[in-house]
Amino acid sequence: MQLNRRSFLQMIALAGGGFALDLYDRPWAVAQGSGSPPDLTPRAFIHIAPDGAVTIMARNPEIGQGVKTMLPMLIAEELDTDWKDVRVEQADLNEAIYGPQFAGGSMATPTGWEPMRQVGAAGRQMLVAAAAGNWGVPAAECTTQAGRVLHAASGRSAGYGELAAKAATLTPPALDAVKLKNPGDYRIIGKSQAGVDTHAVVAGKPLFGIDVTLPGMVHAAIEKCPVFGGKVKSANLEQVRKLPGVRQVLVIEGSLAAEPVVSSDPGMEPGVAIVADTWWQAQQARKSLKVDWDIGPGITQSSEKIARRAEELLKAPPANTVRSHGDVEGAFKSAAKVVEAVYSYPFLAHGTPEPQGSTAVYKDGKLEIWGTSQAPGGGRSLVARELGIPESAITVHMCRTGGGFGRRLMNDYMVEAAWLAKQVGGPVKLLWAREDDIAHDPYRPAGTHGLKAGLDAQGKLVAWRQHLITFGEGKHYAPSAGISAAEFPAGRVPNYAPHTSTMPLWLRTGPLRAPGDNALAFVGQSFLDEVAVAAGRDPLEFQLELLSATPVPMPAGEGRPRGRPFDFTLNAGRLKGVLELVAEKSGWASRKRAAGRGMGIAGWFSHQGYFAEVAEVSVDSKNRVTVNRVWVAGDIGSQIINPQAAESLVYGGILDGLSQMAQEITLADGRVQQTNYHQYPLLQMRQTPAIEVYWRTTPYSPTGLGEPMLPPILPAVGNAIFSAMGKRVRALPLARSGFSWA
Amino acid sequence: MPIKLTVNNVVATVDVPPDTPLLWVLREVLNLTGTKYSCGIGVCGACTVLVGGRAVRSCMTPVGAVGSETVTTIEGLSPDGLHPVQAAWEALDVPQCGYCQAGQILSATALLARTPHPTDAEIDAAMSGNLCRCGTYPRIRQAIHQAANAGQATEAGARASEK
Repeated sequence: MQLNRRSFLQMIALAGGGFALDLYDRPWAVAQGSGSPPDLTPRAFIHIAPDGAVTIMARNPEIGQGVKTMLPMLIAEELDTDWKDVRVEQADLNEAIYGPQFAGGSMATPTGWEPMRQVGAAGRQMLVAAAAGNWGVPAAECTTQAGRVLHAASGRSAGYGELAAKAATLTPPALDAVKLKNPGDYRIIGKSQAGVDTHAVVAGKPLFGIDVTLPGMVHAAIEKCPVFGGKVKSANLEQVRKLPGVRQVLVIEGSLAAEPVVSSDPGMEPGVAIVADTWWQAQQARKSLKVDWDIGPGITQSSEKIARRAEELLKAPPANTVRSHGDVEGAFKSAAKVVEAVYSYPFLAHGTPEPQGSTAVYKDGKLEIWGTSQAPGGGRSLVARELGIPESAITVHMCRTGGGFGRRLMNDYMVEAAWLAKQVGGPVKLLWAREDDIAHDPYRPAGTHGLKAGLDAQGKLVAWRQHLITFGEGKHYAPSAGISAAEFPAGRVPNYAPHTSTMPLWLRTGPLRAPGDNALAFVGQSFLDEVAVAAGRDPLEFQLELLSATPVPMPAGEGRPRGRPFDFTLNAGRLKGVLELVAEKSGWASRKRAAGRGMGIAGWFSHQGYFAEVAEVSVDSKNRVTVNRVWVAGDIGSQIINPQAAESLVYGGILDGLSQMAQEITLADGRVQQTNYHQYPLLQMRQTPAIEVYWRTTPYSPTGLGEPMLPPILPAVGNAIFSAMGKRVRALPLARSGFSWA
Repeated sequence: MPIKLTVNNVVATVDVPPDTPLLWVLREVLNLTGTKYSCGIGVCGACTVLVGGRAVRSCMTPVGAVGSETVTTIEGLSPDGLHPVQAAWEALDVPQCGYCQAGQILSATALLARTPHPTDAEIDAAMSGNLCRCGTYPRIRQAIHQAANAGQATEAGARASEK
């Protein structure tokens, strides 16, 4: 199988957070080209009807992050129209005119903040030019207000609707030349706007991928081998074909490459597809389907063996040194105190509420897809490659999607739907059952870390060694399974060395919300707390001291890529700022100590956002944990674009992180042992703490809110449990550390 | 054998095996796609509908067991999507992805019908079977209180107009 280099790289970039920074080039290049993007014009994004109704195209997939509302708000603000007059329409996939169209890496805000406002301002400038031309006055004398162009000197005014036809004939200005508003003049940005689909959602309108209905459409379900990649040897196809409603039963040979490291989107998995009049009939027919599988190499894998191998590798010298700064081993020898601990966390599935699926129709060499992808461009590339259809013959519509969380950066289900459409010859809707979704996820990779820290006689951190046992071959890590040279506390401690050792894995892994960080923050911030306690120091003071230290420069290739506006380098002042804010709001300094009750603090920088969180927990006599309260301080730059939605996203990230603390995917005989939500619990309302959110605004360009609030909650709760019980949460899920949610 | 159902005040006759889950009859036969499939085993609540006013999991309810009880789906809760619970959901912009919200709204409607002014503990007890992966629980709680207060205002208004 030929690897599609471009989509593969893009995937790594979205997943990687701190690693593989240069790979952000692609979306950035699409968005900006050299200088301002030559292809972004108001014509693509803004349509104004003669009656003044404004339609704004939302370019990115909506997965619940509110981007279908937020990006058009940026355009509407600078267009200077009233938000109530705006109708928002979801754009189809067309990156040539819309720029990058993906939902990942919390990148919609940083990639959209400037270009979307510029598009709006360019539209406004064209409307002003049209009015000025009509009136024979200088454009500079004209102003705009709420969808009208005004000329104060002559008292004339015209609505945008009256001017739109003429404006459309004018040449759009260069985007980097347009004048943007002073933030003090914002009337839409910074004011809470309800989601543009909220009414349709609460009214139950058909909005989601699963709701797509086409005339003559048939439905498909796919049975796959319980062990990843297993192929169909034989199956009772004829018998299944006779079942009620069944139209076709098709063997999918699959196209998985026998690679040493499985990519997150490795090609089509083999299986048997059942096509029926209804999905329920297809799903029922699976009960009668008997497949003899050629199971392949996965059958020998188990969580038990992986854990045993991790223990062996931890005892052995590390295979890879990611970075070695100073003299770590020497520093341990001269340290006054050495702290050691092993941390571990499991595989996790994404468990999006809407299971994977897509609808597709193939006709006359052309393919039309109603997708549920977070990376529809990558999906189209994958479909083109797998099915041999040119990208230019593939149309992708983007449906609202019942949750992404990184799962839909992969496009396996889109390829399957497209393949089915080609076989069936008419519209077909593919839907995975929940059990398929849990059993065939690109999982968040499990990991084990051996940590060792050295303290000097004054209780200062002088050495940090971290040995990650992960998956891959040599230094080629499975997707979302590595650690970077910039991992905290890199640059803050004079002797520092992250290492890795890998073991092979025949299973897909991939990015889960805050990939890398959702595990590394738990490990790093929990161990830091442990080290602070060993030093007899307050964990907050200890961390603030580290952040105040003169930073050690990053090695070449790490940190901020030159000439690019996105900053993936830790700004210590901003992290200190949110830690101090959350400490103040939570009353950290005056916290009370009581048996069975405790507070924990953690901070983290990821996806260009800075978050610090304090959790307050109670633990009962049976080690059942209640998270009573969470205080959150966030810094995502100069502007919270949609405040109420932003706060909701923070709530969601906190609760998602708490869910992760109790979840676990395990393998036995190569099979995923969990089948559905009853074995893979989501946090419930009764387990939801009171959450307070505080913002620290700083003079940096606004960044995204898909992810960065999530990582700190895991260590904050773990540290709170330690404070309450004197027992460390070093292994997740909580049950592996002897705790559970109340 | 055809089965007679009353859904959203409309009588429909469907020709499906009686063990077909109500969920799939609603979605695939009656084209009422507002009711969502997520777990299929009755543990997530996304498929919640009202049967005889009670919140039930339609994925675990055989259509043959519905009998003469009336079924209300999200599409039938109000003609305009402005039932007090829906209005509160909209006012607080509760949904994120929105996928579980039809089930949440119908569970909340059933709760408010039997407990017009629920406490947080009563809300937790009634709503903890409706999972939300986006974490909209704090907003749902607020919205249920808001809908309860709107209900109180409506009741007060009704009483006032009776005088």
